[in-house]
Amino acid sequence: MLLDALIDLIPELNKAFLETIYMVAISLFVAVLAGLPLGILLFVTDCGLFLENTVVKSVLGFIVNMIRSIPFVILLVGLLPLTKLITGTTIGPTAASVSLSVAAVPFFARIVETSLREIEKGVIEAAVAVGATPWMIIKDVLLPEARPGIVHGITITTISLVGYSAMAGIVGGGGIGDLAIRFGYYRYDNTVMITTIVILICLVQIIQFVGDRIARLVDKR
Amino acid sequence: MIEIKNVTKIYSTKKKQVVGVDNVSLTIQDGEIFGIIGYSGAGKSSLLRCLNLLERPTSGQVIIDGVDLTTLNNKQLRQARLKIGMIFQHFYLVSSKTVFDNVAFALKAAKKPKEEIEKRVNELLEMVGLSDKRDAYPSQLSGGQKQRVGIARALANDPTVLLCDEATSALDPSTTKSILALLKKINRELGITIVLITHEMEVVKDICDRVAVMQNGKIIELGTVYDIFTNPKEKLTKTFINSVLRFELPDHLLQKRTGTIVKIQFKGKTAEEAIVSDMLQSFKVKGNILHGKIEYIQEMPLGIFVMELTGEPEEIKRAIHYISQRTNGLEVIAHAA
Repeated sequence: MLLDALIDLIPELNKAFLETIYMVAISLFVAVLAGLPLGILLFVTDCGLFLENTVVKSVLGFIVNMIRSIPFVILLVGLLPLTKLITGTTIGPTAASVSLSVAAVPFFARIVETSLREIEKGVIEAAVAVGATPWMIIKDVLLPEARPGIVHGITITTISLVGYSAMAGIVGGGGIGDLAIRFGYYRYDNTVMITTIVILICLVQIIQFVGDRIARLVDKR
Repeated sequence: MIEIKNVTKIYSTKKKQVVGVDNVSLTIQDGEIFGIIGYSGAGKSSLLRCLNLLERPTSGQVIIDGVDLTTLNNKQLRQARLKIGMIFQHFYLVSSKTVFDNVAFALKAAKKPKEEIEKRVNELLEMVGLSDKRDAYPSQLSGGQKQRVGIARALANDPTVLLCDEATSALDPSTTKSILALLKKINRELGITIVLITHEMEVVKDICDRVAVMQNGKIIELGTVYDIFTNPKEKLTKTFINSVLRFELPDHLLQKRTGTIVKIQFKGKTAEEAIVSDMLQSFKVKGNILHGKIEYIQEMPLGIFVMELTGEPEEIKRAIHYISQRTNGLEVIAHAA
């Protein structure tokens, strides 16, 4: 009977799984695309570094903190006008991806900034002393040195996005987390709830495993 | 030529101001190895970092080969830095790049074409003796090898000046020797001016031509290494020299002595003359050598001997007078009881 229930569930699960992957992939892509430069900018404009700029640093820092302090559910609803503007709709996984991306960019930017901070200041200074341009220092020193940290950051961001995407159901985004809430939480359907949770656990474990592997691969220290 | 004119560096924190470098003026000639010695916190590192503007002086000028670095814009400063190499105590290599790429980075900064970079890096690695480590990562190298990579990187763009920030302080004594020998070779063969800071007088003794002693942000003594070693004026200078030329006699020797104990210093030419044997023949005194050493500083001998003179007090007095006239470097440590 349990098996029958699970088999009935397969089309639903399949759809939800793909929705989750879809939302996470889009927002992760945006997070890396925008968060990486933002994180670098937060770092290099800091006091004592080669592009020190207190104004840029404070303004960016303030915006990042502001977005990060808004609870995701509120951000999801609050950004509906923007979502409408970008995607032309306010429901569905694509629409949910907009808010997910907005939340993920500052999150990932801070992680990038933190991994850059781990680089020994002297290594950056040595590059300055050599006469390298800021762009060269970013490309040939900062990014390679922070690569393992950034890969870890991508892993953490991906996993957080899987978690956040559960709330996408509010705007009809779907996804596995949403399935768990709809069936498990609202309808007391333990079979669905447990199945989805097991799937989520496996998904997170796989992401972490792959992330760790890649991080080790790129770590030459 | 490096001209440092009235350079002051003040570090301001919210609560107080700390003077790192206090109105230092200094001229370093082309092709010399110039040492700056001092304890940590003396301001030597700040001064060195002012030379390539890693630290911008609060006031004063840094003029290298006629160009005042403090007046340059960012782009001009980068160009100037290509010609000022720098090596560090902790090497500061990019750990995610191979030895080859670490050195190539400096050439890329100078926008050299790819083929030239390839050729030049190989040349540099050959010079520092690391051709076989081309594709190794820094973590696979020993401290001495890492410093050699640092040197290759610093020399990539044929600089006129090489700044060494405690370059041997993290290395063991034998590796220190080999790195110092390499620096000396670079100085002699390529004519690069070397400015090095250190807290070890041994380093100064081994390779420097001139030395400045720093304390509290100021240069308190400056001269050729030989002059400083033979005729130090400041207490701190003497302390540093004592760390290399130590002449301490065991207590029991001092207590049991019957004659006068003198320390005689032979400088330059006098070290090659038979002054002691002349003295022993001319006066009725006996000499007993308790301690002695001949150091070669800048390839000139400096002999220091501690002797006990016994005999009639009057004869000893005359003998002492004779030696101090001929050597100009006699010090009575203890008189006869």
